[in-house]
Amino acid sequence: MRRRRPEGTSVTRISITVDGTTYEDDVEPRRLLVHHLREQCGRTGTNVGCDTSNCGACTIHMGGTSVKSCTILAVQADGEEITTIQGMAEKAPGVRDETEGWHPLQKAFHVEHGLQCGFCTPGMIMASAALLAENADPSEDDVRQGLEGNLCRCTGYVNIVRAVRRAAAEMRGEPLTTSPEEGTMGEADVTERAGDADRLRDVEVAP
Amino acid sequence: MTALDTPPTALNVGRTRLRKEDARLVTGRTQWTDNLQLNGMLHVALVRSPMAHARVTNVDVSAALEQPGVVAAFTGADLVSNWEGGLPCAWPVTEDMAAPVHLPLATDEVRHVGDAVAVVVARSKYQAADAIEHVLVDYDPLPVVTDMEAALADGADLADTSLSSNRSYTWQKIDGDIDAAFDGAAHVTTRRFIQQRLIPLAIETRSVVCEPPTHSREYTLWSATQVPHILRLMLALTCGVPEHELRVVAPDVGGGFGSKLNVYAEEAICLVLARHLGVPVKWTESRSEGFLSTIHGRDQIQDLSIAFDADNRIKGLKVELMANMGAYLQLVTPGVPILGAFMFNAIYKMDALSFTCHGVFTNKTPTDAYRGAGRPEATFGIERLIDEAAHELGVEPFELRERNWIKHEEFPYDTVAGITYDSGNYEAATAKAKELFDYDGLRAEQARRREADDPVQLGIGISTFTEMCGLAPSRVLGSLSYGAGGWEHASVRMLPTGKVEVITGTSPHGQGHVTAWSQIAADQLGVDYEDVEVRHGDTAVAHKGMDTYGSRSLVVGGYAVVSACDKVVAKARKVAAHLLEASEDDLEFDRGTFSVKGSPDATTTIQDVALAVFAAHDYPEDMEPSLDSDATVDPENFSYPHGTHLCAVEVDTETGHVHLRSYVAVDDIGKVINPQIVEGQVHGGLAQGIAQALFEEAVYDADGNLTTGSIIDYYAPSAADLPTFVTDRTETPATTNPLGVKGVGEAGTIASTPAVINAVVDALRPMGVNDVRMPASPRNVWEAMRSARDASATGRSELGAREGGAA
Repeated sequence: MRRRRPEGTSVTRISITVDGTTYEDDVEPRRLLVHHLREQCGRTGTNVGCDTSNCGACTIHMGGTSVKSCTILAVQADGEEITTIQGMAEKAPGVRDETEGWHPLQKAFHVEHGLQCGFCTPGMIMASAALLAENADPSEDDVRQGLEGNLCRCTGYVNIVRAVRRAAAEMRGEPLTTSPEEGTMGEADVTERAGDADRLRDVEVAP
Repeated sequence: MTALDTPPTALNVGRTRLRKEDARLVTGRTQWTDNLQLNGMLHVALVRSPMAHARVTNVDVSAALEQPGVVAAFTGADLVSNWEGGLPCAWPVTEDMAAPVHLPLATDEVRHVGDAVAVVVARSKYQAADAIEHVLVDYDPLPVVTDMEAALADGADLADTSLSSNRSYTWQKIDGDIDAAFDGAAHVTTRRFIQQRLIPLAIETRSVVCEPPTHSREYTLWSATQVPHILRLMLALTCGVPEHELRVVAPDVGGGFGSKLNVYAEEAICLVLARHLGVPVKWTESRSEGFLSTIHGRDQIQDLSIAFDADNRIKGLKVELMANMGAYLQLVTPGVPILGAFMFNAIYKMDALSFTCHGVFTNKTPTDAYRGAGRPEATFGIERLIDEAAHELGVEPFELRERNWIKHEEFPYDTVAGITYDSGNYEAATAKAKELFDYDGLRAEQARRREADDPVQLGIGISTFTEMCGLAPSRVLGSLSYGAGGWEHASVRMLPTGKVEVITGTSPHGQGHVTAWSQIAADQLGVDYEDVEVRHGDTAVAHKGMDTYGSRSLVVGGYAVVSACDKVVAKARKVAAHLLEASEDDLEFDRGTFSVKGSPDATTTIQDVALAVFAAHDYPEDMEPSLDSDATVDPENFSYPHGTHLCAVEVDTETGHVHLRSYVAVDDIGKVINPQIVEGQVHGGLAQGIAQALFEEAVYDADGNLTTGSIIDYYAPSAADLPTFVTDRTETPATTNPLGVKGVGEAGTIASTPAVINAVVDALRPMGVNDVRMPASPRNVWEAMRSARDASATGRSELGAREGGAA
């Protein structure tokens, strides 16, 4: 169905189902799916980090596979079922136990500190979910290669890889043996010297 | 103040607590600036110069105004009366520093590709993007300056026609008798190193929303910024909006790394447009646009000489830098390289240090602070130079380091540069790193591969770094002509229900302050971790602060939280004594409970005291009914994290490909609040430092075009490019803050670049390679091998010619 908008741009009626809710909208044919999701469907959990389809921040699931929603026009998604990061948890947010109902990947990113600023995280989780759908028990290298299309600037990827493998183990029903409390930076060889404390007492707090 | 005492209850500090921030972030319930949609909001797009240097002879927006959805369009000349001055540079490093006026929209001259000349405001961002194509700009090309050495030559073309030369400043600092150090030297090693230009690339691009006054006289400006407080002050000055009528909010901010530590043209433009149009406006940068308009980092030429005595002890170090400012001076552009004056001497003892830095204008995007800001450059220079000197002196690189570094028993140590390292133990960190790395085993493997002439050679790289962070003692900043202090502020409010609000002047964008500050406050006050909420990043909530950069937040901001909590406890003690009818001196405070010595039943909690103070029916006469407290702390010194990083690379001598095989980082960052967060900071820092060594470079052509104009061309590493790092730590507590902590945000970046390049050079040393230009891409490695081969061939033929002549 094509109609003319007052400014002379043609629009097309599309119907997409996002995280279980169906949205019918008139959109310009050139409109990117990611902008439609963010601005018309309220899915601001899906982010835009580049303009060349390199960063993967906008990754969603459409038709059962992960796609970068900046590479698709909204009109191409007509009739599709889409899942965004906001549809990954089983339960609405705001419950007292915040982790209840979370997808294993959401829990694992939290537990393994697989995020810092969190801007790449929605795309990372969506890409990781697609990776685990294809490979339930990925090696470290499988995860690294599988997430090549998603950039993170904060974490150095170490904890992202740990998180994906942790979620994979949980999804396979295996017991989780490692705990982040056992991370390498917890204990240190302490070389504290007598006298440090005395010097510290000289520090004054400005009024 | 308590001194290195364990906090009243150490239930939280020193332990991993999973982050409070994560719930929003992993479920997509976020508030990035670009998420904001306000009623009637218009969208801003900028017309940017496609030329690196040109006179702007005409800007015509009339056709753009006819485009669908366009509401307004302005040229630089249209808006010029709005600016009280140019965009601010807060760090005039010398009195005679040349600083061109930097208008948010250029009027008559553009000085780099991406310099904005006009702005279009439309009902949608698509319409705004369309309409800027209809703005007609006439450019009259001017000579383009891209090369720093050429820029400083006599008669050079000017990057800015309003200036008389391309030199912004020459800043010099000489400590000790540098001539004596070199005159009597037994050996001098001299090298030139290049710090390539980098793009910070926070994954969230910049975004600004400004709403004009609604229910009050206040403008609200949301920005993806690291520095809401500095931004408020500077925008008030730049745009003539009274400071008290401007509220700046940094909502969720998606990484910064220094790139959001600035006052940008688009922030000023959005404020002025909201004032002019009376409706909210939004601008969100595209990534490729950001590559041109957001600051770049590094870009330095380093000429270094180091002098040794006959015992291989360092006598002196000469440093001469050319630092590329780009086309304008942004907030702290000129000050970044001069931090090297305190850092080139690094962990080493020496008699003299001479440091000279020339700030140079070119027709490129301005540089400014990028993760590490001046310290990565200096650390790279000295750690590479030590390896080169070890090679020339024929000693093991660790042996040369150990001979010259500050020994553990020598702390606190006054360095040649005139600052005092409070604590450290280079021996302990090095021993641990060597053990984790299997240093001896890898050296044996390296020897085997060299013996076998293996096409894939193994290289081992060392970086024994320190850095100065926790910016900073205000008096020191003043002595360096910086435009502000380095204090930090915190407020602690005890609510009637016993819950606690901590308000911090730091402004996190991924560092987990909400979690770590909660841990600190919970222990100081003896309340439950979940009973603490931390607020930040909104000048209407956190009214005072110096924001987040320079690995300062915990060292200075965490210190402020401790101080504010101490004041709350002191007030609560007074009330508790009154309520328990005891002397204050007889009260003990442990895990949130005041008890009277000798009377175990006479107790009250700090949370009960908070309720009693709220009711205010019964409290001491000589105090106000409030426990709430503020603290502003000014550190007496910087913080000096250090560590030993070891890197093993395999270099394919047939292709030039470098494979990062293993990386061990042992850092000493003093006491740790949250080990997991610290580990994450180290991981991310390593990735960025390694990226400089192996992958990234912002490349310009001779016409000043950025040829690495998108993430397609600018190679930011993915998970597939990096290994799992081995991290560990040793601990010498800082003595200049009550938490004993040192900054950790930049340490990994500062340490890792020289570790990787030292490893690459080490792998190729038998081929005569003494340097590899960064990034050590296959091409740059291959060219280093080829030039070493050519040099060796030339050397042989020269030798042959001489021999022939003698015959």
